[in-house]
Amino acid sequence: MTSPLEQKKIRITGPSVVTANRTRDGVVIYRTAQQGWSAQLADAAIVRTSDDARALLAEAVADDVGAIGAYIAPVEIKDNGVIAPGNLREHIRSEGLTIELPVSA
Amino acid sequence: MYAYDELDRTLLHERVEEFRDQVKRRLSGELTEDEFKILRLQNGVYLQLHAYMFRVAIPYGTLSSKQLRALAHVARRYDRGYGHFTTRQNIQFNWIKLAELPDALADLAEVGIHAMQTSGNNMRNVTSDQWAGVAPGEVEDPRIWSELLRQHTTLHPEFSFLPRKFKIAITASEHDRAAIKIHDIGLRLHKNADGETGFEVLVGGGLGRTPFIAKTIKPFVHGRDILSYVEAILRVYNQYGRRDNIYKARIKILVHELGIEKFGKEVEEEWQQLRDSALTLDDAAIEEVRSRFSYPAYEKLPHMPDELKQAAHDPVFERWRKNSVFPHKVQGYSIVTLSLKPVGGPPGDATAEQMDVIADLADRYSFGEIRVGHEQNLALPHVAKRDLPALWKALDKAGLATPNVNLVSDIIACPGLDYCSLANARSIPIAQELTRRFANHDTAGLIGRLHINISGCINACGHHHVGHIGILGVEKNGEEFYQITIGGRADESAALGTLIGPSVPYAEVADVVEDIVEAYLALRDSPDELFIDTVKRLGVEPFRERVYATR
Repeated sequence: MTSPLEQKKIRITGPSVVTANRTRDGVVIYRTAQQGWSAQLADAAIVRTSDDARALLAEAVADDVGAIGAYIAPVEIKDNGVIAPGNLREHIRSEGLTIELPVSA
Repeated sequence: MYAYDELDRTLLHERVEEFRDQVKRRLSGELTEDEFKILRLQNGVYLQLHAYMFRVAIPYGTLSSKQLRALAHVARRYDRGYGHFTTRQNIQFNWIKLAELPDALADLAEVGIHAMQTSGNNMRNVTSDQWAGVAPGEVEDPRIWSELLRQHTTLHPEFSFLPRKFKIAITASEHDRAAIKIHDIGLRLHKNADGETGFEVLVGGGLGRTPFIAKTIKPFVHGRDILSYVEAILRVYNQYGRRDNIYKARIKILVHELGIEKFGKEVEEEWQQLRDSALTLDDAAIEEVRSRFSYPAYEKLPHMPDELKQAAHDPVFERWRKNSVFPHKVQGYSIVTLSLKPVGGPPGDATAEQMDVIADLADRYSFGEIRVGHEQNLALPHVAKRDLPALWKALDKAGLATPNVNLVSDIIACPGLDYCSLANARSIPIAQELTRRFANHDTAGLIGRLHINISGCINACGHHHVGHIGILGVEKNGEEFYQITIGGRADESAALGTLIGPSVPYAEVADVVEDIVEAYLALRDSPDELFIDTVKRLGVEPFRERVYATR
């Protein structure tokens, strides 16, 4: 779970997506193939080569108003085609905390 | 309590409006993220995994009930109904929306709370002993000096772009509850042979990836000279501190590389240029700040009121009293620590409802005052002993009477990978599991004082280096592993813990801690020998053997 904030070289070894946080409220978002953003990982554009990853990231970073902190994150493509987060960090970003929120009933 | 003057209030409101304009320009695209980032950081706004995180300062850990209600209001209206008290007398909200931040700041400014300099490379919140002003035997209230330093360093242009963040803590008691030896500057208030009040000044402490215990740079600096002396240290740091490498930018690295003698000489030379300048505090300036702190009109009360004698027959109350109630400088009063470490709960979190309950109880039983400690617990600093039974019942009802203060389940933990963009591993679930393992408060009481600190990465926000048992989350091939240290401490005898062996996987951490505790129980000289003393006497080896014998 090395922080992607330390991501320097772009070299992917498997299917990946570009993710960021939405500027106005910080919500986790994914770059789509339609040059937009979605809060659903299922809508994310999948890249499989480093060149494609670089291109998708460049496009995402260019949207400085809409998104903040874009980076490339690994995903798994399940047999049924479902996109799943590729590591625990991304799982937590996508699915939420692994603990219950401490909110009173 | 400290009463803000008109200057403070104007400054806060102007700051809110300035930030409102900055946010507006960011959202419209007029400011890029690169341009905006430093501005948001100067207002306590980080970006974490799921959302923006908003860190609010609680200077020297003192809050009024009105201020706590305002924090509850922010939690409820702008966040998800709770806040997280940190290890540096701040509170963090984890789900704040950038577009709503100016309104949240404006609401807080109404009660004199702000988020200035809670992040960024500047002077952070000046922290102090959470028992300041009420601890028996204290030299004097250290918050007066914290406030003087706060005023001098807030928005100080020379200290707004330091090589790296800078933290000061002050204590005035023999027992250090402010962890001054792990701060960039630690100040210990004491009196010299002539009875004058001044400071032992320590410098270069800090944790993170290169931990150091602070060293004494000057045994006594008179109170009137403290601003000029601190400024001299900051000037030397500003000049020589590294800006080319973030990992070597803290003052601790500079002190280590120069050596304390050479660093001290540089500071002394700088100080000679400053010491008799406008920075010298005259008695009137000190008294002006002192006069703005108000103290309760204590009653003359008996040491052992009837209410307390009667309640002592209830073993559950007695267990809580013995654990969570501490001596006060005024007869008939107590300091009460409120554990924010319920069994199975995230350490340091309080819901908006709990904050409101605490504010009400503070009004009823503690002259409207609340304190925040670096151990991520709260305290009511002025509780009449006769009121302890009633207070206990009300706290228990709100889930705030867990009798585990300073015990094995009173765990300090950072937010870890559940929230933090820097983390490598989770902290909170580890803490939760440990509180379940040690949920029996009688057993925890038999184990005695034992501090567990957990950090989810090497940045050490959970102060793992100085935990009696320290737990550091690391990543190994995409999996969460944890390094375990023992023998650390954050008090006046501060020390860094020693690694006991190879890191262990997530699922084994609680077992390892149980093994360490069992080894301690078998090895201690007597029930009075604390865990930390057994480790000091025997070293790491017997604990290492116990943990790794079957692994």
